[in-house]
Order: sequence, then C-alpha cells, then structure tokens
Amino acid sequence: MQSFDLVKPSTLAEAVSALAADGAQALSGGQTLIPVMKQRLAAPSVLVSLGGIAEMRGVAAAQGVLRIGAATPHAAVAREAAAHYPALAKLAGGIGDPAVRNRGTIGGSLANNDPSACYPSAALASGATIVTNRRQIAADDFFQGLFTTALQEGEIITEVQFPIPERAAYVKFEQPASRFALTAVFVAKYANGVRVAVTGASNDGVLRWKAAEERLSANFSASALSDLNLSGADMMADLHGSGDYRAHLAKVLTGRAVAAS
Amino acid sequence: MTKVTMTVNGKAVSAETEGRTLLVQFLREGAGLTGTHVGCDTSQCGACTVHVNGQAVKSCTIFAQDVAGAEVRTIEGMAHADGSLNPLQQAFNDCHGLQCGFCTPGMVMASAALLANNPRPTEAEIRHGLEGNICRCTGYHNIVKAVLQASGQTDTQGVAAE
Ligand SMILES: Cc1cc2nc3c(=O)[nH]c(=O)nc-3n(C[C@H](O)[C@H](O)[C@H](O)COP(=O)(O)OP(=O)(O)OC[C@H]3O[C@@H](n4cnc5c(N)ncnc54)[C@H](O)[C@@H]3O)c2cc1C
Ligand code: FES
Ligand code: FES
Repeated sequence: MQSFDLVKPSTLAEAVSALAADGAQALSGGQTLIPVMKQRLAAPSVLVSLGGIAEMRGVAAAQGVLRIGAATPHAAVAREAAAHYPALAKLAGGIGDPAVRNRGTIGGSLANNDPSACYPSAALASGATIVTNRRQIAADDFFQGLFTTALQEGEIITEVQFPIPERAAYVKFEQPASRFALTAVFVAKYANGVRVAVTGASNDGVLRWKAAEERLSANFSASALSDLNLSGADMMADLHGSGDYRAHLAKVLTGRAVAAS
Repeated sequence: MTKVTMTVNGKAVSAETEGRTLLVQFLREGAGLTGTHVGCDTSQCGACTVHVNGQAVKSCTIFAQDVAGAEVRTIEGMAHADGSLNPLQQAFNDCHGLQCGFCTPGMVMASAALLANNPRPTEAEIRHGLEGNICRCTGYHNIVKAVLQASGQTDTQGVAAE
C-alpha cells in the first residue's frame, strides 16, 4: 500500500475542508477501500476518516421516513432499523459477515456502488434520497453505472432517507465465497405503486425492472410476473453464472420477494 | 510517524505508526502480540479477528490510527489470569476444534463475540455467525461443537456434518 496521511475530524465541516486537499479521499468503514488500496487500485495521499463524526451516525424514523446517518455500520442498521423497516434491517444483517458488518457503513456502500452490493437495491427500490454536504440526490439519479455515482469530487454522503413502504422484502442469492449477491432483488410496495430493484445482474449496475413494477402495481402477486422475462444480453456473465442465468434468477427472486414481503 | 496508544488486553500500548499501519501490524509488530494471525490479508479469512471496543473486527482491514485510543482484546487476553484456558478455549481443546491452529485465534475471538451477543446460539446461528472465519483443516464440525459446549449446550450429538 502506498503511504498517506490519515486524519480523523470530529465534525462534518472539518471533514469537508480536509477533503478539499489534493489527493484526499473519504474513509468510512474501510471494508472496501482498504482491500482496494492494498491492491494499489487506489492511492490517496490523505485519507479523511469519517468514523469520528457523531452527527453522521444513527437511525431515526419520523413521518414515514427512516433516516440513516451515512457512517452508520451495517450491524447498527440491522439492529436499529428492525422496528421501522424490517426488510432493510434484514438486508443490512445479511451483508458479508459479522466483522464486516461491525465496520462497513451504508454511506461507503452507496458511494462505492459495487454492481453486486446489497444497499444500492434498497435505495433504488425505496426511492430513497441520498443527502450530501451539498445537495439531495434522488436514488434514481444517484446510481450511474458500475462503481459510478452522481457524487462529485470532495462530496460526502451525510445521510440516506428511506420512505417506509407498506410491504417490502430483499431476497439475495448469495455467491457463497464472497457472500455478495450473485443476484438479488428488493421489492417495495408503496401506496402509489411498487418498485423493484435488481442488483448483481446488469453490466450497468443496479437497475429498476419497470415492467415488473407495472405488473405488480396492478396485481401484487408472483403470478403477475409469469409471462415477463428480463433479457440476459446486458447481464454480467462470469464463472458463477451466465447472463441468461442471472436474468432468470432475477425473475425468480422477484417472485420470492413478493411472496416474502 | 505518529504515536498511537491503545488499551490492549487491559494494558496501555503505544507504538509509532504510519497512516497505512494496519491494526494487525500494530498488534504484532508494535505490541509484540503475535497470536493474532494474518491468513489472507484480503479481508476474507477472519484469522486476524480481534475485538475493538467489544466488537469483532478484521484487524487486517482497519488502520491503527483510525482506532487510536480504543480498547482492544486479542487472543492473548482470553485466558484466565493464572494462565488456564477460559471455558471457550477449553471447549475448543475438548472438542478438537482445531488442527493446525492457524485459524484458531480468529475463531475464538469471533466465537466469543458471537456468544456475547447470543449466549445460547443454535447450530445454524453458530455456522452463520462464523461465516467470516475460514478453516482449512477441521471442516468446521468440531468448531461448532466447541461453541455449543462453551454456551452450556453440552448435548452436541445432533450436530450434523455438512
Ligand atoms: C468479506 C466481505 C464481504 C462483503 N460482503 C458484502 C455483501 O454481501 N454485500 C454488500 O453489499 N457488501 C459487501 N461487502 C462490502 C461492504 O459492505 C463494505 O462495507 C461497503 O461496500 C463499503 O463501505 P465502507 O463503509 O467499508 O466504505 P469504505 O471502504 O471506507 O469506502 C468505500 C468507498 O466509498 C467512499 N466513501 C465512503 N464513505 C463515503 C461517504 N460518506 N461519502 C462519500 N464517499 C464515501 C470511499 O472514499 C471509498 O471510495 C463485503 C466486504 C467484505 C470485506
Ligand atoms: S487476514 Fe484479515 S481477514 Fe484474512
Ligand atoms: S485448524 Fe487449521 S485452519 Fe483451522
């Protein structure tokens, strides 16, 4: 790993000014960034730890919206969101393993936008709002392809706001070695319609399956999907599964998520 | 270089660190506590698991400076003051929960954290809770038995090999 200076501010304002330095990058739980730095795929000259900023941690529900501080670890979301948004809590409790969940954070996961990560599907299916130190970004505008987001240089996610659905479920088909999603689906039903997000499938990262949303908004049952199919052409293909396999999995998992919600 | 101080197994430990010094390097090279192992260095195997402020973490995936001031517990801090094994360590011994022993420090630390959160876990909960810890030797079977025994659930006859 290349050398760098680590700074650990205790307020958001200090973190924002530290990130203005040349070559500075945010460090949250480090569960993605540290392995990436060991491979020398990232070589920041300054790392700004977000772990000491109390205002960026915590889970709170009010007026039908669940707000999660960006530096809240997965384990805390699994515990503290359970009473408000059980499907989201279950997703958080199924990320990686206990040690990863004690460090890894929601903000880090969304900023990283790994095409096989769990949280992006929850944010997209919930129509969440990603709040940064500069603005509010709708999930529909935030995810912009593999490891790509709407975040600008030096911009920090501070909070994520999830409208709480009537019913929801996340069903993940695990890649057993990494425990990331081989493919996974988040379904959320709101008064004004159903949203379906698929992760671990598309070459462009997390996606909304709008045809399924339309069907499920009219008839919220797995049978409403029977004659729908996703194309495998734009899906990831690797030794774990072909594009067609992932497309098929996405449909099966969507049905299971509807049944489980 | 920056001097970092932590409380490790109840004692204050200080060492000079770079930004990139990992917690596991601080423990092994700074504090001389080589019981914590590096198996993969890619955040997969859990051999480096220690407790930071009571929570199990992979010490190869944390920078020492990021946890300056923390309370850290390692495998060296698990035995009783007179050197005798604690009930969890004794259970690993009794149940033959280790062969080469390389994964064992991490297994014990992960199991201790699991039992602190869930004092009487089911077999399935133990297997799920130890997902972040890889063992090349035992096939996990006797590790699961050891955790069941340590939690006072001595009837381990039903544990099925997977
Ligand atoms: C063994 C293992 C298994 C895993 N399994 C899963 C899994 O099943 N599902 C899953 O979804 N993930 C999984 N992960 C990834 C894990 O969830 C990470 O915690 C997460 O992807 C990154 O979060 P972090 O807080 O660790 O971020 P970091 O690693 O600290 O940062 C990641 C990136 O985000 C940026 N960043 C961090 N915080 C912010 C912020 N607030 N604002 C702007 N940018 C920011 C950083 O600069 C960096 O580029 C796994 C990881 C490991 C090691
Ligand atoms: S050495 Fe840390 S997880 Fe393998
Ligand atoms: S006992 Fe050898 S790796 Fe577990």
